[in-house]
Amino acid sequence: MGNNKEKELIFEMSKKGRVAYSLSECDVPEVALDSVFPAEYLRQTPAELPEVSELDLMRHYTELSNRNIGIDTTFYPLGSCTMKYNPKINEDVARYAGFAKIHPYQAEETLQGALQVLYDLQTELCEITGMDEVSLQPAAGAQGEWTALMMIRAYHESRGENRTQVIVPDTAHGTNPASVAVAGLETVTISSDDQGNVNLDELRKAVGPKTAALMLTNPSTLGLFEENIVEIAKIVHEAGGMLYYDGANTNAILGITRPGDMGFDVVHLNMHKTFTGPHGGGGPGAGPIGCKKELVPFLPRPKVVKDGETYRLDYDIPQSIGRVKAYYGNFGILLRTFVYIRANGPVGLRRVSEEAVLNANYMMRKLAPYYDLAYDRVCKHEFVLSGRRQKKLGVRTLDIAKRLLDFGYHPPTIYFPLIVDECMMIEPTETESKETMDKFIDVLIEIAKEVEENPAIVQEAPHTTVVSRLDEVTAARKPVLRYRKALQEQAALQEEGSKVNEGVNV
Amino acid sequence: MNYRYLPTTPEDKAEMLSFLGIESVEELFADIPESVRFKGSLQIPAALSEPDTVRHFTKLARKNVDASEYAYFLGAGIYDHYIPSTVNHVISRSEFYTAYTPYQPEISQGELQAIFEFQTMICELSGMEVANSSMYDGATAFAEAANLAVGGASGKNVVVSKAVHPEAREILQVNAKGQGYEVIEVDCKGGVTDLAALESAVNENTAAVMVQYPNFFGAVEDLVSIEKIAHKQKGLFVVSSNPLALGVLQPPGAYNADIVVGEVQPLGIQMQLGGPSCGYFAVKEKLMRKIPGRIVGQTTDQEGKRGFVLTLQAREQHIRREKATSNICSNQALNALAASVAMSALGKTGVQEMARLNVQKTQYAIREIAKLADYSLVHHNPVFNEFVVKAPKAVAEVNRELLKRKIVGGYDLGCDYPELAGHMLLAVTEARTKEEIDALVQGLEEIGRG
Repeated sequence: MGNNKEKELIFEMSKKGRVAYSLSECDVPEVALDSVFPAEYLRQTPAELPEVSELDLMRHYTELSNRNIGIDTTFYPLGSCTMKYNPKINEDVARYAGFAKIHPYQAEETLQGALQVLYDLQTELCEITGMDEVSLQPAAGAQGEWTALMMIRAYHESRGENRTQVIVPDTAHGTNPASVAVAGLETVTISSDDQGNVNLDELRKAVGPKTAALMLTNPSTLGLFEENIVEIAKIVHEAGGMLYYDGANTNAILGITRPGDMGFDVVHLNMHKTFTGPHGGGGPGAGPIGCKKELVPFLPRPKVVKDGETYRLDYDIPQSIGRVKAYYGNFGILLRTFVYIRANGPVGLRRVSEEAVLNANYMMRKLAPYYDLAYDRVCKHEFVLSGRRQKKLGVRTLDIAKRLLDFGYHPPTIYFPLIVDECMMIEPTETESKETMDKFIDVLIEIAKEVEENPAIVQEAPHTTVVSRLDEVTAARKPVLRYRKALQEQAALQEEGSKVNEGVNV
Repeated sequence: MNYRYLPTTPEDKAEMLSFLGIESVEELFADIPESVRFKGSLQIPAALSEPDTVRHFTKLARKNVDASEYAYFLGAGIYDHYIPSTVNHVISRSEFYTAYTPYQPEISQGELQAIFEFQTMICELSGMEVANSSMYDGATAFAEAANLAVGGASGKNVVVSKAVHPEAREILQVNAKGQGYEVIEVDCKGGVTDLAALESAVNENTAAVMVQYPNFFGAVEDLVSIEKIAHKQKGLFVVSSNPLALGVLQPPGAYNADIVVGEVQPLGIQMQLGGPSCGYFAVKEKLMRKIPGRIVGQTTDQEGKRGFVLTLQAREQHIRREKATSNICSNQALNALAASVAMSALGKTGVQEMARLNVQKTQYAIREIAKLADYSLVHHNPVFNEFVVKAPKAVAEVNRELLKRKIVGGYDLGCDYPELAGHMLLAVTEARTKEEIDALVQGLEEIGRG
């Protein structure tokens, strides 16, 4: 993780006269800028961007990268995020000039390769999810959720029905209720039963003539398959609602079961989870949606269609909700995921899910003697532990997560889902070997022992990272959200002044 | 077929199954009702080896026309620009591209600091006080600005110039439908927002006045007058701005804009069919706690060392759920990093130089095209790197002929503005050489005559 010194900002490395760019000389006759723009439009004060040499720049970002960890660095069992290996060939293909250097508005006949990628991906995602059509436009899962909710709204409105309530279980991702709000609908939260399933009695009470949809993650964020899915679909459909599938956890079901077969009407997929779009430190992702035929007329436009042997963009969708993102989605990410699907085929994809689930169950049972299981049943691709046993000894799950950093691991997702006390959600994924999991299991067992024998070492963790725990309260109360040259110089001057004074005193 | 991403050997599998006390993996799926189990094999093509993958995708890539061989005069929101070589090297470092959102700050200081620097650079270019860590793209950032301005209040409207990118306006309409506010579009006059129409459209329910600078036609809007109109009623003044243009133009912050958004693609991001790109979102300090998306803040660790964390999270979906300021979760972090590297590489002088080159090349193209008898320049406003030309033939036809000369021609404005049928929007970036511009002009002349 590099050294423990403070890392200077690139602005603090800046020195007038240094450059890290090389633009061609102007090869056209020049005119004065104030003959083009009225003087008042010309920038008065240049933007204070850094001035560094190319080597300075590379060292800066290399050092920053050394203060970061990714999947290639270490095991990253972050539940619900599916931190699986990101294949390198995906990166190569995305950089081919024929994919990277193409413009969204160039003529369709000059984009046949790209449109074919999109068309084939649409078709294959239909097959994988059991849906009738797919739109690749949404940029991320949350945008997919919102898009689908807008379609559901348009569907009900087209039938003259005023349905405004969306039922969301208490285990749902925060994006679900947030997307409901952005779609102008209202969230109705229902609880889970003691097995981690949707509480059917509550669901029956919640549905009615106002029900627009139920949003469900299956397997849930507890890593559990919703055993009553058939009954749930029946309850929602009989009430006239739509069933929405949050695809964050699709890694457990490839070739094993399909949302369409479970009774879902619409689904979003997080291509950056199940299908190896790299997480990129927070994005970009891709959040395609698939739907059954009732919702097809409302899909965003345009969509990619095939006429004979020609691919084209179809804008003629009269009932479409419109556009949700500029152009045609995050093509570069979609392309990477398509390469991944090609590398696996039907046999590989099924193995992906089988082995993801096997790995999760193996880890869960290995750790069960040392940490409490939130739900003692077979899990899918992830499982949830509770640190309540450790909490009694004064050690919080946050401490355990921080202690894992000392062993070089990225911790699991913590404190989510909200319904499990001192929650720790572990998702190993299928790309990790048994040896990697065994080592991690040993470390978690060792930490459990530390909690009993030497809790301070856990409570005060991390001990080996470039910074220790950070003051998040002050960060939020007195926000410093950007560097300001003037302020820094002032502070430096004051410091210098006080040093001079000290000098005098000596 | 080998599955190189799957390390579990038959022996590993046997050991794990035996530990679990089960015979087969099937037993782990026993909780899925039989009636919804998928039977058979997914009907998708069989797995490809790595060499076959390369062959297949090389072939597909070659079916596209791309900017490594063609001279692009097509812009309309996405541009062919110089990207310093360093950008790809930095974003190819897997510590960045295979990392998750920096929720564990102790092991994510690199990403957090890079975002903090990005926020600073965006503030510098836009002339604003606070910027977030990125949005999906410029168009969705534009709609989020309207959502922020309306803030869930009922009976509100936003007034938008038709000289804003048509796709941004369409996305805004979908957002408005969701949030229940009205979008009032204002016509253009001579390629810029019609100020009289704008003034009469704004009323006491106007939450925001929204324009683009330079606008969709490449022209500089009169932000001084628009600001007065926007702030006369208590609405917010929202400007969508190409950050590269701000290397030479006064930033919207200098015109008292409340929210500045835009598309960062011109700074270090490949065109890649328009996505992923990267939106930016910058505000005055008073709006800091209403901003959508992630924000990085500076703080200290227990030893007093400077460090960075995600902050002001009480605005966000994972804390506030249905009361969040937006539903955004994933953003475009890696592309924000790409833009940061490009902005660092260009630096204080490079951004100005690159912006000036765009102006010079565009002015040269304008002067040369003005000489053509069959074409006319319809607007006479100061422009950055795009301008509108009336062609003697259908734009699609002109472009088809240009393509034969290895030129990708302009955007067909008739698609969005019926009154501009037969007009094309040409973009001339610093990436175009004099030779290419001359070839364009000659091509246009021949096509016009032919």
